[in-house]
Amino acid sequence: MLLKRLSEASGVSSNESEVRDIIKDNIEDKVDELWTDVMGNLIAVKGKKKKGKKVLLSAHMDEVGLMITGIESNGLLNFRPVGNIDKRSLVSKPVIVGNDKINGVIGSKAIHLQKSSERNNPIPWSNLYIDIGTSSKKEAKKYIELGDFVSFKTKFKQLGINHAKGKAFDDRVGCSVIIDLLKYEYDFPLYVVFSVQEEVGLRGAGRAAFDIEPSMALIIESTSASDVPESEDYEFSSSLDKGPALTIMDKSLISNKKIIQGIINTSKQNDIPYQIKKSNTGGTDAGEISLTKEGIPSAVISLPSRYIHSPVSLISLKDYDYLKKLIKLYLQDLNKGEF
Amino acid sequence: MENKKFLKTLSETNGISGYEKNLADIIEEVFEPYSDKITKDSLGNLTATKWADNKQDDTIDLMLAAHMDEIGLMVKSIDDKGFIRFTNIGGVDPRTLLAQEVIIHGKEDIIGIIGTKSPYLLNNKESSKSPKLNKLYIDTSLKKEKIEEIITIGDMITLKREFMNLKNEYVSGKALDDRAGVVMLYECFKELSYLKSKVNVHAVATVQEEVGVRGANTSTYNIDPDIGIAVDVCHGDMPGVENDLVVEMNKGPAIAFGPHVHQNIFKKMKSIAEDIGIPYQVEPWPHPAGTDTWAIQITKSGVASALVSIPLRYMHTSVETISMKDVRSGGKLLAQFIARIDSDFVEGLRCY
Repeated sequence: MLLKRLSEASGVSSNESEVRDIIKDNIEDKVDELWTDVMGNLIAVKGKKKKGKKVLLSAHMDEVGLMITGIESNGLLNFRPVGNIDKRSLVSKPVIVGNDKINGVIGSKAIHLQKSSERNNPIPWSNLYIDIGTSSKKEAKKYIELGDFVSFKTKFKQLGINHAKGKAFDDRVGCSVIIDLLKYEYDFPLYVVFSVQEEVGLRGAGRAAFDIEPSMALIIESTSASDVPESEDYEFSSSLDKGPALTIMDKSLISNKKIIQGIINTSKQNDIPYQIKKSNTGGTDAGEISLTKEGIPSAVISLPSRYIHSPVSLISLKDYDYLKKLIKLYLQDLNKGEF
Repeated sequence: MENKKFLKTLSETNGISGYEKNLADIIEEVFEPYSDKITKDSLGNLTATKWADNKQDDTIDLMLAAHMDEIGLMVKSIDDKGFIRFTNIGGVDPRTLLAQEVIIHGKEDIIGIIGTKSPYLLNNKESSKSPKLNKLYIDTSLKKEKIEEIITIGDMITLKREFMNLKNEYVSGKALDDRAGVVMLYECFKELSYLKSKVNVHAVATVQEEVGVRGANTSTYNIDPDIGIAVDVCHGDMPGVENDLVVEMNKGPAIAFGPHVHQNIFKKMKSIAEDIGIPYQVEPWPHPAGTDTWAIQITKSGVASALVSIPLRYMHTSVETISMKDVRSGGKLLAQFIARIDSDFVEGLRCY
């Protein structure tokens, strides 16, 4: 399964090569042209000669992770987050360090040796270390360089009836959906961007949009599902198994109403469930794309994911199939003259 | 079997305190070629015995003990949406559980993820605190009705973690406390097959250590040894811990010293290590609690006891880390010690 490969690949922001290579291999023969830009975005076009306005689909390749920022004299590695990670979720997790994929663990002081005040508080970044089994700085330097990227060592696996667990679903699900959509034919030139550096400030996709100048952009994302205990219903951003989530507004964007209405119409006509993302927090590449040049009508559709930005997330494969189907039908229905 | 392969198998096998049978079966099979007799007692302790080489010498009994149980969790309730609440068995640090994958051992094994309220919904006060055990839950992604067919309250839950190789013969995984100790006993038995000894050696994989050193009680009673040596793990040097509370990693097994250790055994073991050049460290520990020696020492009329420990980082997490080199050196040291025991030494243990 391609989603499994994408989920298990390492691609912390600005180090997306492994993901980019997998995507390249899988779309080369389905597109007219394929190129990368100075940022590292992977861009492709299908139906370049077709009449009609350019439509852009975009998903980001990068994931949140860690970076090695120091090596202690005892061979343990210091690290800091790349992107937004809940540091409370890091303790006692295995990780992969650097492009040579060196095994490491994030340990913590044994419970026996903790003071009671320590037990109540999350461990600060400065007290978390990665242990790769080296016992001196000199030895660690044989394997590690400052700036090496670190990702979680989490396997993809189907759970329950129709769910899956894994890492980096944000936003490998978006990448995977776009790869799938390239199998089909459309009435307009379809541009796709697999963007870099979304997790560190929405830095990649906007550059690609600047070059492409699309008439509209649809960003395929993963958003947080909080339909879990200890959270009240009114706090939920989205829920699992209720279909793809449409963003009306978040911190970076007010979605284009025509696009959102078009997707809702398609979903109603085809009995595909959808939900509206209830919170207005977070931001996506759509924010940057929508403000490119004189402005590009943009919208976001997301796959809900529990425990996003942590070592392991949970998605519904039913939602995933709905997401693929909904966007495909929407694009096929798209009135060329509308934008 | 190769030591690391044995440890990987043990680490990835599940056996919370009181539920060690799967482990006992594996250990029995692996010890069998090196043992003369293998027995299990009613609590579940597994004892592999190797008789003294010469029948006339068959008067000294020496017990080695390493516990095979692990800490874990237990199902406490299942809510209407199918989320499972749990309690701990043994000393689990709730801070290590967030985003942890687990296996619930119901009628069949079910994988789940430990979650808590999303960090994006926490207010400042909440996010500055670590989550308490009663705020955590397991998400199996199954509906309540389905879960209730498979899982009942009281079912055991283990942490899902693959054994990993690190650099320098370091390895990491769950329950190395104290399955690494079982592997040290195994290394000792392998080593003893090249040596002559005047001692009946009983290697016990004990049960229920993590909930109050219970298995060591009954197994010591049964064996009634002259000498009882527990093999367990001790804290390896970790950031943020005072130096005097830890030993160094990869610098040899730690020979413990304290009220739980007979001084003659301590001295002899140290001098043997010096003589034949086995690396070792001393672990001074002022209180006798914390390992099987707590029980071994005060069984029946008292047993001369000692403790050999494997330096281990991140104790009671799913990424416990040790060096295989320390396990190997410890096994050799135990075997060399056993080969040098005679009745004079045992007599001397009573003379103060």
